[in-house]
Amino acid sequence: MDYRTVLTTCPYCGSGCGMYLPVLNGKLGEPIPAKTHPLSQGRLCIKGWSAHEHVASHDRLTKPLVKTGSGFKETTWDEALDLVVTRLLELRDRHGPDSLAFLVSAKCTNEENYLQQKLARAVFGTNNVDHCARL
Amino acid sequence: MKVSKEVRDIAEEILRQGQVGGVLGLSSEHGHVGPHLFSSTDDLGTLVLEPRYMLAKVCRMILADFPGERLGVVARGCDERALIEMAKLGQVDLSRLDLIGVACSEAQARECACPHPYPRRIDVGEPVQGVAFADTECAQQASEQDLVARQAFWTHAFSRCIKCYGCRNVCPVCICAECSLEDASWVARGKISPEISFHLIRAFHVADKCVGCGACDAACPVDIPLTRLYAQMREKMKEMFGYEIGLDVTNKSPLTTTLEEAPLHGL
Ligand code: SF4
Ligand code: SF4
Repeated sequence: MDYRTVLTTCPYCGSGCGMYLPVLNGKLGEPIPAKTHPLSQGRLCIKGWSAHEHVASHDRLTKPLVKTGSGFKETTWDEALDLVVTRLLELRDRHGPDSLAFLVSAKCTNEENYLQQKLARAVFGTNNVDHCARL
Repeated sequence: MKVSKEVRDIAEEILRQGQVGGVLGLSSEHGHVGPHLFSSTDDLGTLVLEPRYMLAKVCRMILADFPGERLGVVARGCDERALIEMAKLGQVDLSRLDLIGVACSEAQARECACPHPYPRRIDVGEPVQGVAFADTECAQQASEQDLVARQAFWTHAFSRCIKCYGCRNVCPVCICAECSLEDASWVARGKISPEISFHLIRAFHVADKCVGCGACDAACPVDIPLTRLYAQMREKMKEMFGYEIGLDVTNKSPLTTTLEEAPLHGL
């Protein structure tokens, strides 16, 4: 018999509600709101309740896609990241750092968002940092 | 704490006998409490009894996924009533469960306005008297407020609904694979708050099954006192059909029988 519950944080917004993700026989199930979480106290919004659905969705992208002249092309993470770095540097060198903007996200942790703005300011030299919640 | 110790001892005994694949209960780890399947006696140190989670729903899923196995479960009165209702619907085979019956305290019974704060067999705790419908907030509201005031109360309460579906998701007796509340012909997509019919559909669907566990109230982010509504439905089932929910697995819902099998009082 295999049933586990994994304590985690809802990935959808900055509120960070607490939930258990149940794993039954290797399959991910509907979240169980954590009653002991100081913020959410056993409650979730509809996004939290659906937080598990994309994992096994047929529409889920499992590989990076690069947009080419003839549509999207599957690639590896190494190639995708190399391309991002090369293009960002090219744009900065040709048009200056303020030709770039960096968007951070409520779906990331505080620390990840911090690193992203650090990358924008310290590495590329621009203050163009914004957040998906403002769009 | 004494009570958790007694439950742990019984769970240990059940696990030692080796008849069950695990014992479902609550575990306190990393400062949080949630449902947990105890499969070895070594884990039992983290077993606690509160805060209460509705375990019957988890039970149903585990039994369905492991058809050959038996399961132990720490069950309060509401868990057992929910399991009985699921058994009536063919969703749970009670003979595959080893219940560790826990009686709730008087304070807990009052908090839930629970009519039966203990399971049929009590292994741990002392039974306290259930709260009679006449003593509930729900009955008080019905006797003190007229129809207009009650309608205003519920209209305001329902206007807060953010349509999270939490009430349905946590409900142990909401088991339909296809839910009317997701059917656009009954509930308009993208409209918040939903029409009052959203809540009335749910109330009617649980009218002959709601065991009064309070899980829906606890899950509602906007504090709509849903069980107050369902308690009235439950009381009506008792008045009209003499039907009590969750007590006897052989006693089928009058809503699934004919009037001859279960006469409607006054007709
Ligand atoms: S309707 Fe609410 S109180 Fe009734 S069984 Fe479902 S979750 Fe429990
Ligand atoms: S839990 Fe509350 S807010 Fe969510 S759908 Fe149910 S009644 Fe509406």
